[in-house]
Amino acid sequence: MKASDTSAETGVNAIVQVRGLSKTYDNGHQALKNIDLDIREGEILALLGPNGAGKTTLISIICGLVNASGGTVLVGGYDHVKQYRKSRELIGLVPQELALGAFELVENTVALSRGLFGKSKNPEFIQQLLENLSLGDKATSPVNRLSGGMKRRVLIAKALSHEPRVLFLDEPTAGVDVELRKDMWAVIDELRADGVTIILTTHYIEEAEAIADRVGVINAGEILVIEDKQVLMDKLGKKQLVIELREAIKTIPAELEEFNLQLCEVGNTLTYTYDIRAERTGITRLLNDVQNAGLTLKDISTSQSSLEDIFVNLVKADA
Amino acid sequence: MNFEAIKVIYSAEMRRTRNTLLQSIASPVISTCLYFVVFGSAIGSRIESVGGVSYGAFIVPGLMMLSLLTQSISNASFGIFFPKFTGTVYEVLSAPISFFEVIVGYVGAAATKSLIIGVIILITASFFVDLRIAHPFWMLAFLLMTCVAFSLFGFIIGLWADNFEKLQLVPLLVITPLVFLGGTFYSIDMLPPLWQKISLLNPLLYLISGFRWSFYEVADVNVGLSLMMTAGFLIGCLIVVWLMFRSGYKLKQ
Repeated sequence: MKASDTSAETGVNAIVQVRGLSKTYDNGHQALKNIDLDIREGEILALLGPNGAGKTTLISIICGLVNASGGTVLVGGYDHVKQYRKSRELIGLVPQELALGAFELVENTVALSRGLFGKSKNPEFIQQLLENLSLGDKATSPVNRLSGGMKRRVLIAKALSHEPRVLFLDEPTAGVDVELRKDMWAVIDELRADGVTIILTTHYIEEAEAIADRVGVINAGEILVIEDKQVLMDKLGKKQLVIELREAIKTIPAELEEFNLQLCEVGNTLTYTYDIRAERTGITRLLNDVQNAGLTLKDISTSQSSLEDIFVNLVKADA
Repeated sequence: MNFEAIKVIYSAEMRRTRNTLLQSIASPVISTCLYFVVFGSAIGSRIESVGGVSYGAFIVPGLMMLSLLTQSISNASFGIFFPKFTGTVYEVLSAPISFFEVIVGYVGAAATKSLIIGVIILITASFFVDLRIAHPFWMLAFLLMTCVAFSLFGFIIGLWADNFEKLQLVPLLVITPLVFLGGTFYSIDMLPPLWQKISLLNPLLYLISGFRWSFYEVADVNVGLSLMMTAGFLIGCLIVVWLMFRSGYKLKQ
């Protein structure tokens, strides 16, 4: 599925609208190819893609860090180039790298970020923000004395210091241990509850599966698909029925050929893959035909493909 | 105009100075004092006066310029290079700030630091030599223009440099030799005619000469020309910085 199949929506309720966005770097690498994308207010959108897919380039252009080669971006209705002040005021960015002034105090570096966005000093707000991110007792600590996870939180505090409506998180949990990753997901969930629109790039499928409302898959500078997470899984997800036989067989009986079954090496398990959206899955007929073929069932079970399977299949198909 | 952004950039830069007080202020002052001791008192006492000014006093404006130029460049170049190096520059680039506001914040702080150093050196010099300032207004004008112009120049170097070696390249290999050969320790009248003509190609000669004129009314070149050169350099730097920001040179891809 190509970008043309995933054309952006009408733009209603879209806080970020991207149209025909492209980027070719000086070395000739085309990082983005005519991207159309609408980000709905209040949602968590996960952009999945392998390394070099164009995820970071996309959010870097929206945030003003990279110049686009073509196309337009509107944030809250404001053009990100012509009305950059209005547009950027609405955005907070948490970069992929732990980019922090090493010797700055936590409260100073967060206050600096707030000031850069034209907001006057508000020590109470900043202290509350730090409290919310479990950094309350670290306000007067130098950044270089914090752990990696705390530094990541400081970056989030900086991005939220000017009370943005849209928060971009560029691989927020890259290199973070499992426990910390779950903590981060909780933080993101709280932000969503506060009405912040969140766009996160990740190559952790489980992350998208756990927290996103919608998932976009990007590869080689194109959005392959963008869909509600559940709809995507329903649409592209396959379900499998695994039939365990009492006695092993060497070949699949001829009367079962139409089901495209897979026989395991040992010969005692048949796997049937079917489309869960189909009106008739063919399960009943299959089970009847299995019995008619003289096979005896020992057990049956089903399994559904994960977002990871979907992602791998999409990227493979695009390659 | 995003005044709050200017304020926080300026404050953060000045805070960095306070945190590194020894390196930022004490070090250049001590170096300059050593110049006074060596060239002003030890060697200077054996040199005749230059243009009716004792040698110790004669070198004060040049030494102030030496410190102002190197400090302005170093402060401003490091101010923007370090965020680039650590990656924190993303904050400035993604904030609702114009190039002019960024310049005012960074260059304003660098120029302020240089100004402070210049004033401290002036006060220190008064302990070693008999100082008089014939034209205080013009002295201040040269001082301010030099601080701002060379802070802008330092900012350009900071934007251009992509490693620490490049950061030091221009100050060490270009600026310092030009200051030394621009009449810091002598009047070009002391040079053979050919070298006098060659010295006129050194833009820093005009700066030092004009600044010295504001002290003792002694100049190697016309003071109006000095003013024009300084103002021209300032405007030139401003245009280069604007072009760099507009194109995103070494900041945005």
